[in-house]
Amino acid sequence: MARMKFLCDADRCIECNACVTACKNEHDVPWGINRRRVITLNDGRPGERSVSMACMHCTDAPCAAVCPVNCFYTTADAVVLHSKDLCIGCGYCFYACPFGAPQYPRTGNFGTRGKMDKCTYCAGGPEPDRSDLEYVKYGRNRLAEGKLPLCAEMCSTKSLLAGDGEVIAQIYRERVLQRGYGSGTWGWQTAYREAVEI
Amino acid sequence: MSRSKVVGFAVLIVLVLLPQSAAQQAPDAAPNPTAQSVTEHELLRQLGRIDGRITIPDAHAATLEQPRGREYQAFHERTLPWIGGIAIIGMLVTLTVFYLARGPITLDTPLTGMKIKRFVWVERFTHWLTATSFIILAVTGLNYVFGKRLLMPLIGPDAFATWSQWAKYMHNTFAWPFMLGLAVTIGLWLRDNLPDRYDLEWLRRFGGFLSRRHPPARRFNAGQKLIFWSVVLGGLILTASGLVMLFPLSIGDIGGIQTAQYVHAVAAMLLVAIMLAHIYIGTIGMQGALDAMVSGDVDVAWAREHHRVWLEEEGARTPDGPQLGAGPIPAE
Repeated sequence: MARMKFLCDADRCIECNACVTACKNEHDVPWGINRRRVITLNDGRPGERSVSMACMHCTDAPCAAVCPVNCFYTTADAVVLHSKDLCIGCGYCFYACPFGAPQYPRTGNFGTRGKMDKCTYCAGGPEPDRSDLEYVKYGRNRLAEGKLPLCAEMCSTKSLLAGDGEVIAQIYRERVLQRGYGSGTWGWQTAYREAVEI
Repeated sequence: MSRSKVVGFAVLIVLVLLPQSAAQQAPDAAPNPTAQSVTEHELLRQLGRIDGRITIPDAHAATLEQPRGREYQAFHERTLPWIGGIAIIGMLVTLTVFYLARGPITLDTPLTGMKIKRFVWVERFTHWLTATSFIILAVTGLNYVFGKRLLMPLIGPDAFATWSQWAKYMHNTFAWPFMLGLAVTIGLWLRDNLPDRYDLEWLRRFGGFLSRRHPPARRFNAGQKLIFWSVVLGGLILTASGLVMLFPLSIGDIGGIQTAQYVHAVAAMLLVAIMLAHIYIGTIGMQGALDAMVSGDVDVAWAREHHRVWLEEEGARTPDGPQLGAGPIPAE
């Protein structure tokens, strides 16, 4: 099986936020929750870069490790998913996540969080593939339809890549060699404990 | 070609051919746009995390990467269970050994039947308010750390998730009566828990637990004062760190919430262990101790042995000398 990863080639990202919009639309993500976001570094200064970031589906995922009810599981494609039936909204996965991926609807008293929501790599959840229940809780299951995550699929500059880690790393490697520069695979060292060697 | 055009063309050629360092040049001779660009490695090395600007309303989402989450993972899954396990199991073992070796602390003199008021109802109410909240908070709090290891294998993931959901609500809700109880506790008992001249002697003789000879004490002995100050300091630390988590990201950022977790969890583990000792000595560990907090009255024999100076001071408070009778006071 493939080891699915995201790779954002920051030298190509034009901060159009189409990935953010596509994700929200594809999965009917509730108001106030963003599964994907674009962050601009050094904004307005020389060397400015934008990076599109969501759940990186880490190796040895910190969210899964700290979850007090073990609601996370990793699919055969190494996609990190969770069960909203088991989630209690404690927030620990947000404390542990290096990428700020887990999101919570505000419900209940004080700062009580609702069931956590995060990027599913367009792979749904524990419910039967492509069922209505799965769509309502987790959004579209594009992987079950043989498609890749929409954010990367429709990226206008092909900055955001999704797919088997080996394949997208090779695409990035060839790009860097071709154009002669690359500002690196953002988040890879933290998420996968390896960067792409050029 | 006019002279000015020639000059302009020459300048252009010079500019294009101006030697650029090899590192800044791409194969197609275009300038390298990453020469000045930020790099992940450098940003993480300088700041430990990467923050930027974001266009969605959630300002906290502007943190691109915080690898400290991995350290939080190590703390929560390795360090914390060990700290808690050693503190709590260590205390239980110590108390069991003490109980088996020493047994309950009984009175040396027979009960007199005469009672003296030790805690008025406000004090008892505050104590049990704080105690009940604390036990609920402790059980539901420990569930966050040990539940999935101990309870989930027994009752299964679905039942455990339902229980944990309620445990979370209870933890968030009972925090408030605990804070109230803590505040009133400080107000009621701070004065009697300031150090006095009997404390060093009490500590030196370890309260007479082993020698069976009671050192003198006023209303609270040095051991009780240590419990009081543990509750006050521990409770205030838990309150402060708990409020940071109760209102996530309202005080500080993700780093602040992680620090609050470290402090909250470690302080709670230690305070639970200390409270186990307090519960032991207040119930099966000492004859007559529970009466003080249930009915509020203690036997004079108990007061004489455990709090001699307090008994004398209480006796001296009335103009007619010690008023230790158990009967109701006649209504003039």
